[in-house]
Amino acid sequence: MLKWSGVKGGVHPDTHKDRSAALKIVQASLPDCVILPLRQHAGADAIPLVKPGDSVLKGQLIAAAGTEVSAPVHASTSGRVRKIGPVQAPHPSGLAADAIVIESDGDDRWIDLDMPDDPFSQAPMELAERVARAGIVGMGGAIFPAAVKLKQGARHEIKTVLVNGSECEPYLTTDDRLMRERAEQIVDGARLIQHILRAYRIVIAIEDNKSEAIAAMRAAAEPFGAIEVEVTPTLYPMGSAKQLIQEITGHEVPAEGRSTSVGVLVHNVGTVYAIQQALRFGRPLISRVVTVAGGCIKSPRNVETVIGAPVQHLIDACGGLTDEPAQLLLGGPMMGVTLPSTQVPVIKGATGVLALQRREVSRATESPCIRCARCVQACPMGLLPLEMARRAKVDDLDGADAAGLKDCILCGSCAYVCPSHIPLVQYFQYAMGEQDARKNAARKNDYTRMLMDARNARLEKEVAAKAAAKAAKKSRASSTSESAP
Amino acid sequence: MLMATLMLGGLGIALGLLLGVAARVFAVEGENPLVKQIESLMPGSQCGQCGFPGCSAAATALVEGEAAINCCPPGGRALVEQLATLLGVSADSAGAAPVPMVASINEAECTGCTRCYRACPTDAVVGANGQIHVILQAACTGCAKCAEACPENCVSLHPEPITLDTWHWSKPQAA
Repeated sequence: MLKWSGVKGGVHPDTHKDRSAALKIVQASLPDCVILPLRQHAGADAIPLVKPGDSVLKGQLIAAAGTEVSAPVHASTSGRVRKIGPVQAPHPSGLAADAIVIESDGDDRWIDLDMPDDPFSQAPMELAERVARAGIVGMGGAIFPAAVKLKQGARHEIKTVLVNGSECEPYLTTDDRLMRERAEQIVDGARLIQHILRAYRIVIAIEDNKSEAIAAMRAAAEPFGAIEVEVTPTLYPMGSAKQLIQEITGHEVPAEGRSTSVGVLVHNVGTVYAIQQALRFGRPLISRVVTVAGGCIKSPRNVETVIGAPVQHLIDACGGLTDEPAQLLLGGPMMGVTLPSTQVPVIKGATGVLALQRREVSRATESPCIRCARCVQACPMGLLPLEMARRAKVDDLDGADAAGLKDCILCGSCAYVCPSHIPLVQYFQYAMGEQDARKNAARKNDYTRMLMDARNARLEKEVAAKAAAKAAKKSRASSTSESAP
Repeated sequence: MLMATLMLGGLGIALGLLLGVAARVFAVEGENPLVKQIESLMPGSQCGQCGFPGCSAAATALVEGEAAINCCPPGGRALVEQLATLLGVSADSAGAAPVPMVASINEAECTGCTRCYRACPTDAVVGANGQIHVILQAACTGCAKCAEACPENCVSLHPEPITLDTWHWSKPQAA
């Protein structure tokens, strides 16, 4: 299919979706304890509102949003707060992050939910505020607070609400199953988002390998106007916001720009579902659907679980492991992160838990770049991955930026096609991280200088005050001595 | 012979005078402007971790080539890069930037004497007479002045801890 406006580049990895896509979403049992990290979103940590020993109810607000770009955290089951402190984070570094650990009491008792009135009769900003209070973040893995995006409607003209059901990552089928089983709720959620943003139309974009989801969504969208279900070709990374916008609208998001600059706002179907649940039933985001798959999982399928359940709990819900996994991933195999252990919790942005066998993991060692430029053809952003990596290798960060590092979406298409097995994405991750580190160092330098100046000013003032006090004392002493006789 | 001597002598005197006048007229005001420029880039906490008495002495040493461009731990990698471009040397030649350090107080041993508090160039120590002191990690430059000032020896320095905010992927090891 040749189109002028479509996505350039991209790759076609094996989808491995059949096994988990065939089975219905199953409810996971309640874990003994849930671990709720204070940062499951992009932005500042949430601030805990409970103490160890407190009893909490399901859906209770336990940590408030720290700043404007942040999200609150709610108890995902009822029980007692066991501790608030560092636990191993679901992060490749294996470092600790602060979390609230709740010991479940098994009752799973809901707090009294504040049942909203008909959301369509409410003001858009009020609804966006409700979404913010529900702690909803981008559930396709981007974890950007959803309400921050919804509030863009007041500032920019949004023409199209794009509901992202492409799910281009191999293995993952959460969006697929969600669209098949909860199509009405997703359409309702999309209409609510349209209402909030005052957008003209809704487009639900689904890759052509999900025919049942397409049929379900078409049926659900039928009664309403201004909702289109668009079928996109199966291509990785179609699910990336910028690529999907280009495919659907024909507009390219400018370099270093945002999707709002072309009048589009993209939400993942999981996010749309969560927004619908929050606006219709007042439910905060405390559960999600996760694909548990990979060669080491006995029966791969989609599991609906409370947020904060240990990864091991989900693996057990799918029959456990058949083999020692060669790689344990949170998210898809292309962009997911390796997990340090199975004891880390499932967080709001966890699309999948993958336990991959040795044969599913690339083990080839790196060899020199032969400048075949396959990565350039595969890059959906039209960048020069080989040049970016070459410069990152010698710490020429400005050079890497010039070759396009700032616009890199870290999709991994380049590394996937590289015949020399160069870990290109790791080079980019390294260069981006190093740039952040340098920016932080420069910021600290400025801060230090400011502190120094403030201290010097204070010391000078103190000296001056002392001198003035001394002079005053002297003049008083001399005036008394004069008046004495 | 006499003519030649006079000629050369006269030339010598004339050129010498010219040079002397030129040195006065075209004299560079004050110190090397590069020193000032470098000093403005440095953190300015006068911490002395570079081995020189203060940032201005370090800047002079840098310009004269007596100090390595990675001599300033609080400046970090960002400063190394800036110095490399200013001084026209390669940033990689200096090797790795020194690891930034931060100080912390062992509360069990602190007597609240306020000496560290008075020594700190960035006011990073918070405390009051007879109260336990604490060091604000974000404001600490790791200059170790507090450790020197502490009579109880309860201030320790350690590398800045790596958190989820500061961690990033390392460079792939080339095959």
